[in-house]
Amino acid sequence: MAQIIHRSTNLLKPVSVAVSATRHLTTASTTPITVETSLPFTGHNIEPPSRSVETTPQELLSFFRDMVLMRRMEIAADSLYKAKLIRGFCHLYDGQEAVAVGMEAAITKKDCIITAYRDHCIFLGRGGTLMDAFAELMGRKDGCSKGKGGSMHFYKKESGFYGGHGIVGAQVPLGIGLAFAQKYCKDENVTFSMYGDGAANQGQLFEALNMAALWDLPAILVCENNHYGMGTAEWRAAKSPSYYKRGDYVPGLKVDGMDAFAVKQACKFAKEHALKNGPIILEMDTYRYHGHSMSDPGSTYRTRDEISGVRQERDPIERIRKLILSHDLATEKELKDTEKEMRKEVDDVIAKAKESPLPDSSELFTNVYVKGFGVEAFGADRKELRAVLP
Amino acid sequence: MGCSGSRLDEDGMGMPPKSRPVFLHELKMRRHMTRPSHKDAISTPSKKELLLYDKDDDGSSTYKNAPQTARFSPKGGGEGEGTNKHEDDRKHKDVRNVDVRGKGGRNGHKVNKSEISSAGDAEEDEDYDERMIGRAPGSPSFRVYFNDGGEDIHNDIGKHDDFKSGGAVSSEVSFTDYYRILVEFIRVSVVAARQGFAVKEDVRNYKAKGGMQRQSCFGKLESLERGIRATALRAFSSSGKEMTVRDALNSALDEEMSADPKVFLMGEEVGEYQGAYKITRGLLKKYGPERVRDTPITEAGFTGIGVGAAYYGLKPVIEFMTFNFSMQAIDHIINSASKSNYMSAGQISVPIVFRGPNGAAAGVGAQHSQCFAAWYGSCPGLKVLVPYSSEDARGLLKAAIRDPDPVVFLENELLYGESFPVSAEALDSSFCLPIGKAKIEREGNDVTITAFSKMVGYALKAAEILAKEGITAEVINLRSIRPLDTSTINASVRKTNRLVTVEEGVPQHAVGAEICTTVVEESFDYLDAPVERIAGADVPMPYAANLERMALPQVDDIVRAAKRACYREKFE
Repeated sequence: MAQIIHRSTNLLKPVSVAVSATRHLTTASTTPITVETSLPFTGHNIEPPSRSVETTPQELLSFFRDMVLMRRMEIAADSLYKAKLIRGFCHLYDGQEAVAVGMEAAITKKDCIITAYRDHCIFLGRGGTLMDAFAELMGRKDGCSKGKGGSMHFYKKESGFYGGHGIVGAQVPLGIGLAFAQKYCKDENVTFSMYGDGAANQGQLFEALNMAALWDLPAILVCENNHYGMGTAEWRAAKSPSYYKRGDYVPGLKVDGMDAFAVKQACKFAKEHALKNGPIILEMDTYRYHGHSMSDPGSTYRTRDEISGVRQERDPIERIRKLILSHDLATEKELKDTEKEMRKEVDDVIAKAKESPLPDSSELFTNVYVKGFGVEAFGADRKELRAVLP
Repeated sequence: MGCSGSRLDEDGMGMPPKSRPVFLHELKMRRHMTRPSHKDAISTPSKKELLLYDKDDDGSSTYKNAPQTARFSPKGGGEGEGTNKHEDDRKHKDVRNVDVRGKGGRNGHKVNKSEISSAGDAEEDEDYDERMIGRAPGSPSFRVYFNDGGEDIHNDIGKHDDFKSGGAVSSEVSFTDYYRILVEFIRVSVVAARQGFAVKEDVRNYKAKGGMQRQSCFGKLESLERGIRATALRAFSSSGKEMTVRDALNSALDEEMSADPKVFLMGEEVGEYQGAYKITRGLLKKYGPERVRDTPITEAGFTGIGVGAAYYGLKPVIEFMTFNFSMQAIDHIINSASKSNYMSAGQISVPIVFRGPNGAAAGVGAQHSQCFAAWYGSCPGLKVLVPYSSEDARGLLKAAIRDPDPVVFLENELLYGESFPVSAEALDSSFCLPIGKAKIEREGNDVTITAFSKMVGYALKAAEILAKEGITAEVINLRSIRPLDTSTINASVRKTNRLVTVEEGVPQHAVGAEICTTVVEESFDYLDAPVERIAGADVPMPYAANLERMALPQVDDIVRAAKRACYREKFE
């Protein structure tokens, strides 16, 4: 404890010995630290931003904490799926946490994000709670969509998170529609439409991008290029895998998606650009450790060496850990304790979520319409099951 | 709308009774009205003509009845000058180039002989502007037709108005010309109002003739002027108000856009082109390009953008040029729009309207003639509305725009130009029809006929024919495919005990199939005969006119089915 007090420079209040290590870490200082991104940015039709990113110890530690939480959540979801508590689809985001966390650091909750089905961690970043997430995954009524959506349909409209979409590529025109509405309402906010390298070849993306460029909409298209569209490698799917250049007349930026600070810098830069000049494409070079979904082992189209290689050299959490340790913001042990704490938190929430009940049978017929006019709806046997839509 | 058949007074004042709407031209062209022969009027197929004519009270059209030889020149002036210019008139029997403003006429303007072309030259005379064709002497209404002066007809898909409904070949109008006609219209209205006339401005295409300076106020006009007509009719006509479906939709969009700034239009050609079918005419000018958005031809893209805007809370009205093109965007309509409220447990509502013409037009072929009522009607989370009359169009579109759920609004291209009477209540800006309620268009006791959109008109005609044979048919205008008003249908069947369902789309898995099953489930004991279905043929729509006719339900088919349901005809 004494060592930490000694290290912190702006400690305003005495820290009691009883306070846990994590409390120490979160009351750390806000002195600016400059961090260099791992790689320079590559621009297309645009001057890339600088590699130096301003951050604070507080931010560094929060990045670490959030990413560990996300990683833990995804791994727990993996085991829940194998235990058959999660059904249907489960697309896991571990390895890509830096994108979610870096983006959140650059924007506000008034900016909108829309993404595809790999949405658990983005939901968390937007302020969704673990309970919302796990209950929804298990189809319980305490879930964010009351159990009626599932893994691919997390929403949090009040924090600007519009899902969660199951149809590959459809979320991009929807996101550009959100940007259209923001401009129409003169909101001075932007929308991030996230999609993967698989969706990058979708026609509707280019249709919507054309309109976004025509009308100067504050839309930022974020391609999370994890190099595999389900089982198809990017070189097999796209003639030009430089997704940041695919916008042609729309400027683009290639970003190291495993570096949270590079993501943060790029998103900040993109937001400023989009508010003034219209759409911009960000390509996040990232990687997923799991397969496409839980039914995909992830090793039939790539080698285990590749996966472990990325894990060793480019893992986002490891990078932050190294940064924290190099700036002496916390000890090895403290970081390990944080990880343990996150793990415990996740386990607690899962236990609670397991006890949450399934939705009531009447929920079958709710929310079909906002205004149902008392119309009748029928179940499988209409003489048995009928309801009146409110 | 029509004249009451009263005659102009012989004393030369020419003042019709106050209640009768008077053509603008009466006021102006009172001295130089001649009536070329009926043959002339239609014997110039090389020219693009517009026949604007008045229907007699008995419904027959003017030009068919026009006597061939009589000349008519009304005496006196509408402006009450009282001077007798008969001598002048008789000198200019064959005047084609009419002094529109009437100033020349008032002052005894002599038309330059060189401007007069003989009656027989009509074919060759490319320059003549307009002719006044009167009716039988003393009749106050006029037929005017205009030469478009050799420009190409706009072969737009939207210009399906035929002669019968007074269709216009539209051409570009310059702002100054438009301004001038507007000023002239206002001037004439004021003059007419001062004299107690109701003014009916029926203006179609004019071509300003080079030599006729006085007529320069009438430049080329867009069919926008029909909007003036509709307004004038509404404002001034004292007989029952009529409105085309097009004007009904236009006025509904206009009112909803002015009431709620979140409503905006998006679609191909909705802005500068004034709408592919002129439904959105005038709205760009009124609301600006921010709210009336022309899009590129990218249905998937702009539908997705519209749905995204609706997620955020705006109220888009997305126009598909026809619903056939909605198939390119159907993923957004169904997966992004209709299911969102359910999947998000009420967090994301989608207050969007998708509208456009649906079903077969005339001779547009297989890819442009599909009816989507059954397709969209089978999607939970969507509301599907199918207006028939102008009142339906107005009320349902307003209700759709105000509705917080995604609505698919299936119009019909062939109905756009049709006029229907509208009540004063329907013209009110807060008029809305309830969604999910059918309307009984005609009461009856013997057989129930359900129909929607254009088929309602056919069903009503069939009911007329059946009435002559002693079968009273109850015609139900469904108005709403989803939610379907099964209670009205069942109540009607319980009254009549027989049912015929009519629709334009293919019968398999169609609306009629659903209605039949519903009735069988709910009112089986009341049925005295098997349910009859009349639907389109199970083929892609052919182009040849005879095949197309066979592929679509006709009035005879409905009559035959109704008789079969009443056991009046033997089963084949």
